Amino acid sequence: MVIVFQSKPSILANAVVAGPLEKKSVFYSYFDSVVEDERWNQKTNEQGHSKMIIEACEIITKKANINNLDVDYFLSGDLVNQMTPSNFAARELAISFIGLFSACATSVSSVIISSLLTELGASQYAIAGAASQHNAIERQFRYPIEYGGKKPATAQWTATAAGYVLVGKHNPEYPSVVAATVGKVVDYGDTNPFHMGGAMAPAAFDTIKAHLKKRNQKFQDYDLIMTGDLGKVGLKILQTMFAQSGIKPEELQLLRDAGAEFYGEDEAFLAGASGAGCSAAVYFSYIIQQLKTGRFKRVLLCATGALLSPLSFQQGESIPCTAHAIELTME
Amino acid sequence: MQQEQYKNLEQQVTPPTPYLKNALKAFFVGGIICTIGHAITYFYIIFFDFTENTVGNPTVSTMIFLSMLLTGFGLYTKLGQFAGAGSAVPVTGFGNAVISAAIEHRTEGIVLGVGGNIFKLAGSVILFGVASAFFISLIKLILVTIGVVQW
Repeated sequence: MVIVFQSKPSILANAVVAGPLEKKSVFYSYFDSVVEDERWNQKTNEQGHSKMIIEACEIITKKANINNLDVDYFLSGDLVNQMTPSNFAARELAISFIGLFSACATSVSSVIISSLLTELGASQYAIAGAASQHNAIERQFRYPIEYGGKKPATAQWTATAAGYVLVGKHNPEYPSVVAATVGKVVDYGDTNPFHMGGAMAPAAFDTIKAHLKKRNQKFQDYDLIMTGDLGKVGLKILQTMFAQSGIKPEELQLLRDAGAEFYGEDEAFLAGASGAGCSAAVYFSYIIQQLKTGRFKRVLLCATGALLSPLSFQQGESIPCTAHAIELTME
Repeated sequence: MQQEQYKNLEQQVTPPTPYLKNALKAFFVGGIICTIGHAITYFYIIFFDFTENTVGNPTVSTMIFLSMLLTGFGLYTKLGQFAGAGSAVPVTGFGNAVISAAIEHRTEGIVLGVGGNIFKLAGSVILFGVASAFFISLIKLILVTIGVVQW
């Protein structure tokens, strides 16, 4: 489903907060704040996760020179059970809150809903975004952190990061959301939770293709098409899928992935970064800043999410995936 | 694209698992761990009052203690990522599975957190270890009773 925003809501402020290991990220210089302690000096990882979200939102209100009372909606999601980090952050922020779960695609789905609320006239300012904390998420989906199991080359590393934006009425000085595609849930029967890129690539393919078709656009109409956290292997699969559908190699250069690039070529992170905070951190720091400086004029951000739970995986279910896209422009 | 077609494409693009390399790494690291274990066995036999029959328990305890230290300092995951089954199969891997779960659930309290989850990973090893030991013993008993083998 493709939505065209007539009022072109703008992204008026952005903030990314990341963990200590994320200093290794190639996007590190674009982040607003990095904390030395993975737990943000809290007792538990989950509290640290929540604190990270609050800190990102505080940076946003500070940058926009507003306070929490001026913000109409807070749309956030994460990967912990029942999204308690987002819920607890909303408790502190005291802003009308809608929790969203699109797994790692929440970074984009939250912006889509904020833009809709803005277009509707229901929201003056809305904070949207997503976050993930490595330790809190890994323990949820995989083994204990200190368990010495071998991960394959296709496995990804959940990034510790929170990325949020302030969505408001159109302002030509800021990047604007002109269109969006709400993705379908795609499942090609993949069952390996250590190869999420392979499971998610078809969802990204489906959403990008639908968006371009409905908007009557080609790859070259964009300065960049960036997926969320397919990782190095997933990105290769997606490129191959587009190559087979007739996209030329030089056009494929425009297709990049936040997760694949996040930690650079560091092999310790295997196929790259993942997590709801991964795409949020890259989109809402690097991409927004490149749009602001005018280096990018039009980008398509397509965040991908694997909609599984540890329970569904153990019960032998395949991994359903989704991808949501937003088209941002800078005048 | 059909599911079959996609599976083929995915398989072509995904780098193959280096089974031989993994097996060699596991063989050597596993071998080194077992050699250390054997050195500890000799240590207890030579310097303490243990025999070949009784030295098993203190050796296993020492190996698990070492494994716990490595786990606590965050080194066992690094070893595991390199060695795979080489560090998972020996008793040190069992120790790692237990202590990593205990560390992980410390924030939920001693009883419900650590107590309730410490055997989350190792529980199946204990269950199937005990069950298979029972059946092997049963087979042995039957074979000895009917006189097929002598023990």
